[in-house]
Amino acid sequence: MRIGVFVCHCGTNIGGMVDSHQVAEAAKQFPHVVYATDYLYTCSEPGQLQIQTAIKEQSLDGVVVAACSPRMHENTFRRTIERAGLNRYMFDMANIREHCSWIGEDKEANTRKATELVRMAVAKVANHAHLHSSLFDVNKRVLVLGGGVAGMQAALDCADGGLDVILVEKKTSVGGRMAQLDKTFPTVDCSICILGPKMVDVAQHDKIKLYTYAEIDEIKGYVGNYTAKIRKKAPYVDWTKCTGCGLCMEKCPSKQSFDYHNEGIAVTTAINIPFPQAIPKKAKIDPAYCRQFTKGKCGVCAKVCPVKAINYEMEDEIVTEEVGAIIVATGYGLLDIGELGEYGAGRYPDVITGIQYERMLNASGPTQGHVQRPSDGEEPKRVVFISCAGSRDASLGRPYCSNFCCMYIAKQAILTKDHVPGVEVYVFYIDIRSPGKGYEEFTRRAQEEYGVQYIRGRVSRVFPQGKRMMVKGVDTLLGAQMEIEADLVVLGTAATAAPGAQELAEKLRISYDGYGFYMESHPKLRPVETNTSGVFLAGACQGPKDIPASVGQGSAAASKVLALFSKDQLASDPQIALVNERRCIGCFKCQDTCPFGAIEERELRDGQKVAHVIETVCQGCGLCTSTCPPGAIQLQQCTDNQIIAEVEALCQAWKQRS
Amino acid sequence: METIQVESIDKGFIATVERESGQQVAQCYQCGNCTAGCPLTFAFDIPVHQIMRLLQVGQKDRVLRSHAIWLCATCETCTTRCPREIDVARVMDVLRILSRRAGTVSEQGVRAFYDSFLDSVKSHGRLYELGVIMKYNLQTKRPFTDAALGPKLLGKGKIHLLPGTIKGAGAVKEIFKRFAHKRRNEG
Amino acid sequence: MKAKRYAYYPGCSQHGTAAEYEVSARAVADKLGITLVEVEDWSCCGSTPAHTVDHVLYGALAARNLALAEQMKLDTMVTPCPSCLIALKSARVMAQDKEHLQELRELIDLPLKGTIEVKSLLQVIFEDIGLEALTAKVKQPLTGLTFAPYYGCILTRPPQLAQFDDAENPVSMDKIIAAVGANAPDFPFKTECCGAAFGLAKRQIVQTLSAKVLAAAEAIAADAIVVACPLCHQNLDLRQEQVNAFRGARSRMPVWYITQVVGLALGFSPHEMGLDKHAVASDAILAKWETHLKEHAQ
Ligand SMILES: Cc1cc2nc3c(=O)[nH]c(=O)nc-3n(C[C@H](O)[C@H](O)[C@H](O)COP(=O)(O)OP(=O)(O)OC[C@H]3O[C@@H](n4cnc5c(N)ncnc54)[C@H](O)[C@@H]3O)c2cc1C
Ligand code: SF4
Ligand code: SF4
Ligand code: SF4
Ligand code: SF4
Repeated sequence: MRIGVFVCHCGTNIGGMVDSHQVAEAAKQFPHVVYATDYLYTCSEPGQLQIQTAIKEQSLDGVVVAACSPRMHENTFRRTIERAGLNRYMFDMANIREHCSWIGEDKEANTRKATELVRMAVAKVANHAHLHSSLFDVNKRVLVLGGGVAGMQAALDCADGGLDVILVEKKTSVGGRMAQLDKTFPTVDCSICILGPKMVDVAQHDKIKLYTYAEIDEIKGYVGNYTAKIRKKAPYVDWTKCTGCGLCMEKCPSKQSFDYHNEGIAVTTAINIPFPQAIPKKAKIDPAYCRQFTKGKCGVCAKVCPVKAINYEMEDEIVTEEVGAIIVATGYGLLDIGELGEYGAGRYPDVITGIQYERMLNASGPTQGHVQRPSDGEEPKRVVFISCAGSRDASLGRPYCSNFCCMYIAKQAILTKDHVPGVEVYVFYIDIRSPGKGYEEFTRRAQEEYGVQYIRGRVSRVFPQGKRMMVKGVDTLLGAQMEIEADLVVLGTAATAAPGAQELAEKLRISYDGYGFYMESHPKLRPVETNTSGVFLAGACQGPKDIPASVGQGSAAASKVLALFSKDQLASDPQIALVNERRCIGCFKCQDTCPFGAIEERELRDGQKVAHVIETVCQGCGLCTSTCPPGAIQLQQCTDNQIIAEVEALCQAWKQRS
Repeated sequence: METIQVESIDKGFIATVERESGQQVAQCYQCGNCTAGCPLTFAFDIPVHQIMRLLQVGQKDRVLRSHAIWLCATCETCTTRCPREIDVARVMDVLRILSRRAGTVSEQGVRAFYDSFLDSVKSHGRLYELGVIMKYNLQTKRPFTDAALGPKLLGKGKIHLLPGTIKGAGAVKEIFKRFAHKRRNEG
Repeated sequence: MKAKRYAYYPGCSQHGTAAEYEVSARAVADKLGITLVEVEDWSCCGSTPAHTVDHVLYGALAARNLALAEQMKLDTMVTPCPSCLIALKSARVMAQDKEHLQELRELIDLPLKGTIEVKSLLQVIFEDIGLEALTAKVKQPLTGLTFAPYYGCILTRPPQLAQFDDAENPVSMDKIIAAVGANAPDFPFKTECCGAAFGLAKRQIVQTLSAKVLAAAEAIAADAIVVACPLCHQNLDLRQEQVNAFRGARSRMPVWYITQVVGLALGFSPHEMGLDKHAVASDAILAKWETHLKEHAQ
């Protein structure tokens, strides 16, 4: 075999801590190597050209590039050699950056290690086989998880692009958090007025199939061919009949049920439609409060319902949908106020969260937009906002910034001034984060035009003082404690991962960070992709972000799906497991270990049963190869022989050194 | 207001504080929570978050001469609520120790009380409350401090006129001795 | 029920200004089936003064007592005083570090493991005995009385060290008070500082801070403040007259130890609990209680 080796400097990234030239010189001595050179940036156009020229001039049939992580550029170089006429799998990368120059501090030792890594890669390529992908059909339907603004945008863009969309939303109505908001920064336009039409479009689009009050039970398959089991939770109301007339809500005697849409600042009935603009506008029974469920008798709603939609016996229903791609847009959660002991941990009614205040400001909210103290209903004369409540707080395990609270606090401060004549408004902040378009101007307006007092410093404690709340803070710019007796305290509580985010990630086989936010494939260059092909991200599930950014990502994810579905067939990755049927003893240990269910039974002509790998399902993880007792199942391009060849190359290197 | 010259940033001092306290001063992001909650801010010449800031810019003299470090009650409020998980009370404690070492103790009265307390422990193994008061009053030349409390205590048999010395008083004295010796050896 | 045995570290104040805390603590422990075996020849923990000199010296003064307690072969050491508690706990944490452990051993010249558990007496009553067992033993409930539970700074702080109750809203005393039949309304100043050890050297600090605590207790209409700390007691009770002069108030607010509260309910007399040893008399509150009990009896 004729192998060429190309060692990259990556500027000084590698060159500073590894002598790339020396590595290339050493590589010239390795078996099979007929050409070796180094270059400043191998991934640049001249760098790639150099590889292609060498392939032609030296008649290379295998290539090793020693550079960065294969996650970064494996595909780049595969395309390079393919364009020069080589099989794209006759290639391997030695990672001498992340695994070497970036971590080792001794240049000489680094150079030695880099040389050894190259030697191993050469030994591996020498045992490479030509692999060929096969083509498989793509199911051009897309599953969108989460009906917040990001998910709705993604669904609408996909549908407008001609794709069939399945939209699954956990709650009974789409809309997400935005449906709870009163106005939106920085233009202070009515949230539901701009969101409502989108919600209607989603419901009426003939390409969108909507499942609300539903969640994912299981996802199987691979890019182009996923199967989703969707659990439609029982609302105890037959939605094919329910007209959303709301008669049941008027008559339901259980009037102290927790009101999720209003974040607990009001109560609702056990059977309810969460808000007037809900889409779909259907009623649901909350069995935790319904007397029929808790006491075993009532049945009032069943009696009053004019279309006889109530069904207490209803059970969850599982439906299966086949799709080719998935967009995850499950949004975010909010910190439980109980974690903030110094602010009363939810014990004081007049200390509320930003989202509760949003409901209070809303004209269709429980107070009809009147700002009032939850304790006695009085209009506050003094409102204090506390920023970063639980965010940027390592002691609560959330050192990150929640991104949008500075802005919504400015918005709510302005709205407070608008709603309550003569009210005093104070905002405690550590930094004002307003980097969006028009955002800085907005927070300035709050101070200059509306006279909101911004105080730079954190609040240490909030406690009751007579009828009011004592806010003990600091003005760090003055170096003085600042005590404010407030009527109402609003906490800008931290944004967290959505409840259940981790479990969903496991089902989707995507990764998440230490806080439960989903990981993008590359923080700069692949912001809406995940490392699982065919699964995309949009909105705050990836990290706290505001509406403009969430909508932008919704559209971005949709365009990724449209691009993916622009082909009728996709090429499979041939680097998968393969069974040597003559060696297989039919023990099926591999079948038990495969996390993807990619191994099936096949009967040979002599009646013997052997394992068989379903090409499109196998993800090439290699678990099976380590379980197979006779070594009959082998991962292509990572066979036992190749690993042994690598180890041997390494031993050789050590032997030569000693 | 004076101009702080960057040359005055005493990196060695920052390193000493960090080593002795086990806290990294750069972690502080100046939110002011410590000052907001500190019950002694009213008495401090420099609020505690500014002590932290002065530490970040290595202003050794201002920090070690401050009254604040001696008026801190080690109430642990700052430590409990610091969002950067800095043990601020521990830092204040270390600053007191360093100011003793540097001979820049600003609150002689507080120091005198602590010293009288320890002297009492050193001689008797346990605290002899009346002795501490008397010694403190002598040292600070304020003979009648708290004299009015005497009858309240004596009458109820709560304060003893003579020290009760424990068997192990010698052992405790030895601890002090070995400690002094150890520190001398360390230089 | 078999009595639980603990190594007992009273702390210096228990033998002086906090004599009634000691008496009530021992009596209550006995009634609740807690055997307190006093650490023989214990010495002062070093308290605040020591850690302004050196952390290793501070550790060593406390560690001597840990070492003595370890020789008693009991697994838990209990102290009524929060200041001693934090000193003993700090020394224990210090001993987890090998180098420091060696240093401590050399200084105290005693074998030391640093393994003995250290708890406050309050924690033992609240967790090891428990509210249920306590309620069962109540003879004369303190009906009709309202207490302001005052925990002070360091009983639950810093939480990593204290490992007990909640740093921001401790409730153990609240619950004990409720268990003996009295009221413990939400007391916003329950963890604020009373001025600690500054009574002598910086009296104004104690006056300013203790004044706020007293005013807050009055604001919730408490009949008495309940504490678990000798120093808090000194500032709020012994110095109440000074504090009142400073804040221009005349009211008298009794300050009781939690053990006295429990002791009364368990059937001890006010005198047995040393309630007559306080600077601020408890006559009014005791009279109120008596009236309530009589009304109840009818
Ligand atoms: C008080 C407050 C005020 C705000 N004000 C503004 C503002 O004025 N302007 C602005 O730009 N931004 C504002 N924001 C931020 C705004 O809420 C977010 O930017 C936006 O909601 C993000 O949209 P999303 O679709 O990514 O997530 P979400 O709105 O959270 O929607 C996610 C949806 O997914 C659903 N879901 C969750 N898990 C699952 C699951 N497992 N399966 C199916 N469905 C699931 C949820 O029920 C929800 O409907 C504010 C935020 C708060 C807290
Ligand atoms: S059955 Fe349940 S939901 Fe229906 S009216 Fe009665 S309580 Fe309300
Ligand atoms: S956006 Fe503002 S308030 Fe929210 S966490 Fe970040 S800095 Fe704090
Ligand atoms: S609370 Fe912590 S982070 Fe904030 S100013 Fe104080 S030391 Fe710095
Ligand atoms: S420990 Fe000292 S600095 Fe910290 S809050 Fe208490 S008195 Fe203030």
